[in-house]
Amino acid sequence: MITILETAPLNTVQDLGRPGYRNLGVGSSGVMDPLALKIGNNLLGNRADDACIELQTYPFVIRFETPTSFAVTGIDAPITLDGSPVLAWSVETAAAGQILQVGIPKTGARGYVCVGGGIDVPVVLGSRSTQLRGSFGGVEGRFLEVGDQLVTQPAAEHLSGYGAVPPARVLDTAPSEEKTVMLRAIPGTDYTRFTTDSRERFWDQPWRITPQSNRVGYRLSGAPLALLEQVELRSYGIIPGIVQVPPAGEPIVQLADANTAGGYPRIATVIEADLWRLAQARIGTSIRFVECSHKAGVDAEQPINSYLDDLRLMMAHYRASSQSRNGAKPGGKA
Amino acid sequence: MMGTRAMLFEAPGEFTMQQQQRIWALIVHTENRPDIQELVPGVTNLLLIFTHAPEHPEQVADWLRKAWETLPPRQIDGRLFEVGVRYGGALGDDLAAVSAHTGLSPEEVIQLHQAGEYTVCAVGSAPGFGYLHGLDPRIATPRKSVPSLNMPAGTVTIGGMQAGISALTGPNGWNSIGYTEICLFDPHRSSPSLFAIGDRIRFYPESIEL
Repeated sequence: MITILETAPLNTVQDLGRPGYRNLGVGSSGVMDPLALKIGNNLLGNRADDACIELQTYPFVIRFETPTSFAVTGIDAPITLDGSPVLAWSVETAAAGQILQVGIPKTGARGYVCVGGGIDVPVVLGSRSTQLRGSFGGVEGRFLEVGDQLVTQPAAEHLSGYGAVPPARVLDTAPSEEKTVMLRAIPGTDYTRFTTDSRERFWDQPWRITPQSNRVGYRLSGAPLALLEQVELRSYGIIPGIVQVPPAGEPIVQLADANTAGGYPRIATVIEADLWRLAQARIGTSIRFVECSHKAGVDAEQPINSYLDDLRLMMAHYRASSQSRNGAKPGGKA
Repeated sequence: MMGTRAMLFEAPGEFTMQQQQRIWALIVHTENRPDIQELVPGVTNLLLIFTHAPEHPEQVADWLRKAWETLPPRQIDGRLFEVGVRYGGALGDDLAAVSAHTGLSPEEVIQLHQAGEYTVCAVGSAPGFGYLHGLDPRIATPRKSVPSLNMPAGTVTIGGMQAGISALTGPNGWNSIGYTEICLFDPHRSSPSLFAIGDRIRFYPESIEL
């Protein structure tokens, strides 16, 4: 059990999402950065569909009411357990009564508080994710509030002192001084309906993430894009990552909490393998779209899968050696 | 393709109910493919979301085109819902705008709205929202340039050539002409969405406030 001591709006319980109900108008929800949750769940030996707390506002403070193993992933931030620093992307086990504080991130935007066994809220339509528009899932379909108590699994063993290399360090090929976030995107159905000028500008110009950006979508700001002629599209199903251009000409990237259908012209779709980068790009950051083929988009999954495979392998070794250590020296030195 | 893992099939030409029935036929034909995670029917289109990115999307596209050419339209014998509406008043306060746009009196707008039988073409956008076909073209009214910020769930609306009942309270660009108390979506019901594709809807006035 954990108790929320301090939180601002926008923090919710999420898992990998709720696919399968778009035909009823129910969007996928789920974490904005699925890679960070997969890493957290891997480190803790959780199931893939275990839920976490997604942080978008800080500071966030909780008290562990029972011994609990945890890892904070997604961000690099000042994190403390009863005042002592804790590393991000690493596993620690808190004793009952200890207080975890997550401060404003130095890098990244969305933090994930993952706990051993996952956050146990009722499964609604196959998922624990909060569906804010539909007001269900998570904790009563709403943002977490001070005083909320969440059921967790008491830690069976004292896991501590190991972690994962932050994925950006492994997966980013661009030099780190490059402040612009590069997102690979595949041209969309209406790409050729835009003027040649607009098509070039879509790729060449840096787009700024405006404050009207959230889990529903990111609104971008830059020199507007123009269609060759106005089109009236019939409502069509959409997925996270689709980049639509409303009449004013500044694109929107639809994300986890987007509606299931839309009607604006679609210029491109950000590949799934890069959505976690967008989730961690803060308001005010510049992004650039990089044109990408279907094959390149599929191949882009490979480095992420190898990263996760390596992590799984490391965790298996770690557990095996920790068990043999414990078995060899019962009651030995800690 | 929409990204690497989704493909949108769009029917050519204008909207007709027959084109929509061919989309419905395509749903049944496509849902048995082992590579499908989700199918999202839209208005004369169908979004396929795959379990994994297809290696050769053009083969799937060819398969879809062939199915489209050969499948007969699918008639759905949907359920009939009779929905009581409180027309006008504060919860239907765009009735005057619809009346002004169409050049008809509010009474005539209501008369034409409740005379029609509507078909649920697709469910989507918000949980349980049905895209309704069957609006009398004489009362078609474009969406508002400035959306209402907090339109209650249950508002009976007109958006262009489509009719609707808002499923959730929130921002909405459609014109409100009345209000009904039916609950369109409950995640804890065995079938969470009240409406399914092919269902038919008739409106009748419970009250009129002009």
